[in-house]
Amino acid sequence: MSFFKTQPKDLILLLCFAVVVLLAPILFAPIGAGYPDLLQKFAIFGIFALGFNILFGLTGYLSFGHAAFLGVGSYSAVWTFKLLSMNPLPAIIFATLVGGLFSALIGFISLRRTGIYFSILTLAFAQMSYNMAYSVLTPITNGETGLQLVQSDPRVLDVAFGRDYGAVLPSSDLFGIGMTGYPGYYFCGFMLILCFFLTLRIFRSPFGMMLRAVKSNQNRMNYTGLNTKPYALAAFVISGMYAGLAGGLLAVTDPLAGAERMQWTASGEVVLMTILGGSGTLLGPVIGAGAIKYFENIFSAFNDQILAQVYSFLPEILQQIMVAISSLFVGEGWHLTLGALFMIIVIFLPGGLMEGFKRLRNLISGKFGGGNGSGRATAPAE
Amino acid sequence: MKDMRISRRGLLQGTALLGAGLATPTIFSSKAWAAGYTNEPKGGTVTLGFNVPQTGAYADEGADELRAYQLAVDHINGEGDGGMLNTFSSKALGGNGINGKKVVFVTGDTQTKSDAARASAKRMIEKDGAIMITGGSSSGVAIAVQGLCQDAGVIFMAGLTHSNDTTGKDKRANGFRHFFNTEMSGAALGPVLKNAFGSDRTAYHLTADYTWGWSQEGSIKKYTEQLGWQTKAAVRTPLGAGDFSQYITPVLNSGADVLVLNHYGRDMVNSLSQAVQFGLRDKQVNGKDFAIVVPLYSRLMAQGAGENVKGIFGSTNWHWSLQDEGSKAFVKSFGQKYGFPPSQAAHTTYCQALLYADACQRAGTFMPSGVGAALEGFKFDGLGNGPTEYRAEDHQCFKDVLVVKGKENPSSKFDVLEVVEVTPRAQVEYPASLLGGELGPYNNGA
Repeated sequence: MSFFKTQPKDLILLLCFAVVVLLAPILFAPIGAGYPDLLQKFAIFGIFALGFNILFGLTGYLSFGHAAFLGVGSYSAVWTFKLLSMNPLPAIIFATLVGGLFSALIGFISLRRTGIYFSILTLAFAQMSYNMAYSVLTPITNGETGLQLVQSDPRVLDVAFGRDYGAVLPSSDLFGIGMTGYPGYYFCGFMLILCFFLTLRIFRSPFGMMLRAVKSNQNRMNYTGLNTKPYALAAFVISGMYAGLAGGLLAVTDPLAGAERMQWTASGEVVLMTILGGSGTLLGPVIGAGAIKYFENIFSAFNDQILAQVYSFLPEILQQIMVAISSLFVGEGWHLTLGALFMIIVIFLPGGLMEGFKRLRNLISGKFGGGNGSGRATAPAE
Repeated sequence: MKDMRISRRGLLQGTALLGAGLATPTIFSSKAWAAGYTNEPKGGTVTLGFNVPQTGAYADEGADELRAYQLAVDHINGEGDGGMLNTFSSKALGGNGINGKKVVFVTGDTQTKSDAARASAKRMIEKDGAIMITGGSSSGVAIAVQGLCQDAGVIFMAGLTHSNDTTGKDKRANGFRHFFNTEMSGAALGPVLKNAFGSDRTAYHLTADYTWGWSQEGSIKKYTEQLGWQTKAAVRTPLGAGDFSQYITPVLNSGADVLVLNHYGRDMVNSLSQAVQFGLRDKQVNGKDFAIVVPLYSRLMAQGAGENVKGIFGSTNWHWSLQDEGSKAFVKSFGQKYGFPPSQAAHTTYCQALLYADACQRAGTFMPSGVGAALEGFKFDGLGNGPTEYRAEDHQCFKDVLVVKGKENPSSKFDVLEVVEVTPRAQVEYPASLLGGELGPYNNGA
């Protein structure tokens, strides 16, 4: 069993990760993030970024169109809800499969080029999907309004099992457990742990080593007579399936799919998440995803009222000045804060937050442990 | 690197830890601390959630909505001059909050996107404990958030949403709308357009490609075709397109002599400005002067489009130059606080906040089913629209509709629209069954 080949170091990492995910509602409460919707977003976008990292972090192929797979996953999940059953399991299976199929298609074409051309190709495909969702595919996607459940949906499996939702609009449930609130979070959290384990195995496998080789020097690989294309395509499809799963989970926790999930800004967001956290590292993308979603949800909600409370210890005039200055960076200005933070991290910590943590650890162990941890700070953290 | 196998003890320990972790969720899902309904206010305050676009094509409207909400909260808490509370026909509110609880609020940015709007509304409900969500400057968003509020068991007081679907096809028991809809716009605009342009016209629609645009296109088509107009084409444009020149060029040679712009917010400002720049209004087609119609108008948009709006017809829910006591009181108190007159978006959201507060006070509870019962069939006056009724069948307000025109000689930068006609309620009323949809039962949540 390959599970038992997991190294103890990795097993501890996995266990710690699982504990943090399971205790997240308590751990994140002090920073105002301990509520189900945001935790769900942490988990879902964590999965999305983990998958993206398999492609970008390992093979170095920078895809700018991953949101397309997320969107496709969402649409397939909502359609499964509408046609088959409100149970989330068929929905996420279907979403993952469709995400994989779609990425195989786009990957097959895009991977004919590398570098910037590859990025542009994926970006073009994603924008094409986005625009098609708004125009010719409106019967499938319901355009700008978004694909929603209606009471008259067939739901053949539910009908076959005699499930009746009555007069209210159904919401997804796992054999009777509603998929909103904390149960929904734990469903996503469980998926995140599963995906994290999978990613860990991929990172440690010969396949993962091959992907790293593709990143370091693809030409040399080709000269040795090895065809790298299947490896890159496999990585692309795997990350597409992660994205499809994430999109499916978005629909599970909130059965609505909108085309804006496929917009290029959404594709850019996952790139930001990965780089912010540290591309090529195991934990980095999850941390990056959490950081960005935290900014989006918490910082954007600060208004002058809250700021005034924060600065209430200052004299009135100072308070007003501080509120006026800080209000530029919160509320609708949260993008500004994020942008500044991103710049600082890319300039001073090219390896992302993970590099920051590693430097911190080296600093501490350097102080207390006899200074053996310095020297190779620029190598990407693992 | 040694490839160590895991020991039996280690596996057992790990499994036990994982099991304990998996058991934790039951603490949170248990109903031990559940209230009688979602977010039942326990302390001395009650939290309302104001969910408006602060970025995107409708950001101007969103900013004005937020100002109006703040003003409404001031008035409900007994601060300021009381505004329309003094002219409101129901006197239940006494300036000491709602049901004796002080009103506080939280805000969020919908980004004019359904996803972001729902995330923001969820945050307000789950984290901040909001008992009611209100706002939205786009029908797509309003419908998405309305569905969410129905699921969560809180009341949704729709802000600026004009699509028929909000209280038609997609209506929900927990959702209420004060603003009018495209069906009413069409019914009100029809006769005025006939008087102004005659009954032998060919129209070309440019339509924002989402629920509101489709709804308005449908209604305007329906009522203009009743007059004898023809519809040459109806072209869908993406929301927030910015540049509409590629859509306007084909209009020039289409043989149409009326351009109907089913756009709102910055989209309308851009498309109208570009249509005028392309010389559409100076053209003669079929021996008639080319005309442009903007079925849903707002003062903010008219201001944004400047000179270009002169003489252009449209409909609006409310305008600050109205001379009834309610409107005057509102304009005065809004103007004192912010230094300029309110838009129709500000008016409708202010009314919604007041109507919600009043209904809670009359019902003596914040429970959605109780508040809903107090709103259903509620007849009121003094909120700037004359006598108004919240129809029980579809939770839609029925009142007079204003047909307006861009003013030829504006006296100030705010004085850009003039009221052409006040279409009485009877003329714009329709049976609730016309638009379909099911309200379903109220949801009080946990």
